Amino acid sequence: MMSQVFLAIALALVMLIFLTLVRALGGPTVLDRIVGVNMIGTKTTVLLLLIGLIYEDMPMFIDIALAYAFLNFIATIGACKYFRRSKRVHLEDDLDTKKEVSA
Amino acid sequence: MNVIVTFLLVLGVFFFAIGTIGILRLPDFYSRLHAAGKCDTLAATLTVSAIALYNLHDLSFASMLVSWKVFFIVFFIFMASPTATHAITKAALIVGVEPWLKKGARK
Repeated sequence: MMSQVFLAIALALVMLIFLTLVRALGGPTVLDRIVGVNMIGTKTTVLLLLIGLIYEDMPMFIDIALAYAFLNFIATIGACKYFRRSKRVHLEDDLDTKKEVSA
Repeated sequence: MNVIVTFLLVLGVFFFAIGTIGILRLPDFYSRLHAAGKCDTLAATLTVSAIALYNLHDLSFASMLVSWKVFFIVFFIFMASPTATHAITKAALIVGVEPWLKKGARK
C-alpha cells in the first residue's frame, strides 16, 4: 500500500525533473542554468531516498543521497565563483552584443 | 502514521510543482530564483521529513540511526540551499544581470 504511494510520488518527481530540465537547457543566461541544475539536484536527493524506500534498502541509499546533497551544493558554489570571475553569462547573444559594439 | 506520511509527501510534491511552474513561467532571473529557493527549502524539507517519519514505523536502534541520518540531510538542505541561492544572487549582481522592469519604468 505505502509502496504504491512512494512509487506515485517518485513518478511525479521524475516528471517535475523533466520540466525543470527545460529551464536548465534553454535558460537565457548561464546562471539560469545553474539554478535549474541545483533544483534538479535537490529533487534527485529526494528521489534517491524514495528509491531506497521502494527497494527497502534504506541504509545504502541514504549514504548515496547524502553524498549527492553535498556534491550538489559544492557544484553550485563552484560554478557561481567561476562565472563571477569570468563575467560572461549571456552565451547566446554574446556575438550579437559584440557586433553592436563594433558597429 | 501512514496518513501523516502521505499528507506530507503530497504537500511536498505540491510545493515542488509550484516551484517548477515558477521557474518556467516567471519573467526574470531574480524572480525565478525566488521560486527556486522556496521550492528547494520548503518542499525538500517536507518530503524528506515524511521519509524519516515513515522510516520510524518499526522502532529499532538501526532504524533510529537511519532516521537520524535522514534528519541530517534535512538539516543540511535547510542550511545549504539558501546559501547557494545567496551565492547565485551575488554572482548575478556582480556580473550585472538586468532585472525585469515594467515598461516605461525608470531605472
